[in-house]
Amino acid sequence: MGEAIAFYTISAFILLFAVLVVSTRDTVHSVLFLVLDFLFVAALYVLLGAEFLAAIQVLVYAGGIVVLYLFVVMLVNLKRPPEAHQDPHRRTKVGFGLSAAVLVELAAIVAYGYAGPAPTPPAAAALPVTGNTEQVGWLLYTSYLIPFEIASMLLLVAMIGAIVLAKREL
Amino acid sequence: MIDSFVIPVLKIAIVLNATLVAVTYMVLLERKVIAWAQSRLGPMRVGPYGILQPVADAVKLMIKEDITPSRADKWVFTAAPIIAMVPALIIYAVIPFGPEVSLFGRQVTLYITDINVGLLYVVSVASVGVYGIILAGYSSNSKYPLLASLRASAQLISYEVAVTLTLVSVILMAGSLSMVSIVRAQEMSHVWFGFVQPIAFVIFFVGGLAETNRSPFDLPEAEQELTGGFHTEYSGMRFALFFLAEYANMIVVSSVATTLFLGGWLRPFPNVAALGFLDIVPSWTWFLIKSFVFLYVFIWVRATLPRYRYDQLMRIGWKLLIPLAIANLVVTGIVKVILAS
Repeated sequence: MGEAIAFYTISAFILLFAVLVVSTRDTVHSVLFLVLDFLFVAALYVLLGAEFLAAIQVLVYAGGIVVLYLFVVMLVNLKRPPEAHQDPHRRTKVGFGLSAAVLVELAAIVAYGYAGPAPTPPAAAALPVTGNTEQVGWLLYTSYLIPFEIASMLLLVAMIGAIVLAKREL
Repeated sequence: MIDSFVIPVLKIAIVLNATLVAVTYMVLLERKVIAWAQSRLGPMRVGPYGILQPVADAVKLMIKEDITPSRADKWVFTAAPIIAMVPALIIYAVIPFGPEVSLFGRQVTLYITDINVGLLYVVSVASVGVYGIILAGYSSNSKYPLLASLRASAQLISYEVAVTLTLVSVILMAGSLSMVSIVRAQEMSHVWFGFVQPIAFVIFFVGGLAETNRSPFDLPEAEQELTGGFHTEYSGMRFALFFLAEYANMIVVSSVATTLFLGGWLRPFPNVAALGFLDIVPSWTWFLIKSFVFLYVFIWVRATLPRYRYDQLMRIGWKLLIPLAIANLVVTGIVKVILAS
């Protein structure tokens, strides 16, 4: 009961702030609502018993990535309006297309997720370690080693790519 | 009821009040120590040897006029000091001041909570504190605060990397992220981690100086260049909140350094039985003494060292501390694997 109330309250806040992110005129305010949104998502993780993920969510997203967003927003000249595209309804069309895609996706999840058998949870109970962090680490370095390594390679490539793009001469 | 509600609330109230009193007296201590270092007397007028000076300061700040610049972004301007202050205070939730003790016939733990991800919690909450500084500079709608806040946030983000990497080597030593378990691990291994991880200890301390915007890394508050810093446009109690946050952060860094590197609440040489008579001293006293030593060194450094230039600051952070921290982490891992096999 208490858990349900907490879940719905937190979800309501997440949705509210998500709407505010896209509807606020001032870009800095919009980035700030994004931070609040991430903090509430972290609260949702705590509710699910994933403390490690919650701390990482705050550390990486709220405390790291969005700070960089804020830097960019503060340093870019936003007074100048963006140049109009040739097709004035382009944004509406793309928005409709994306919304329709998300809707289909959600419908598919609801349809197949409930009809089929419940997905077997990863063998969390069989892990030789206890504690949230230890279990995440164990799974990352055993069952999910290859995705983990690929993700880290991707990040490295992205970092080097950013340096190459930003530096005129190396 | 008492165990799940009354005692935690009491502990939170005590910790918050003690912190705020400690912060006000830190300001007096700083003024006194710097005065002595410069052959002055420091505050002497309010109370004997000026010990009531913090009270006078607090009253002065509270009754001062609170001004919001007319072109400021009002909501963000109001929120910024609060955003700076809150993370500095909620970190105390996981700092262990002592082990479990019996108080009035009841087992009471001398920490508010001991969560499985304690150290990560400290790092992530501290990383949110940077918003207070960025937003203060941005919302003031004024040149110097904006410059100062950009400096401050670049500095915080850079040094956060080095500090977090040193924390990882401590986590490797302790095998846990919980603050209480880290102190217990030091008790088990009969040595404070400061002695086995001297490089991490030094990097943590230097990074701590930079993260709290303390001298010699106090560029965000370089009065000569920035007419103050990110808080130039703030007045009255809002200005005071930034200072409270800064000093509260200093106490946080000292407490975390004590917990990770100086054995937390453990007495010196916890394995030497001959020093057993030291156990009469309550454990939290050791914690407070060690933290106080750190705070004193913070002030001492400020009285001694001149300020770095901005490029020097960035070079130290990225080209010296971070590579050293990574090397230290790799060596720690290798040694740990060798010792385990």
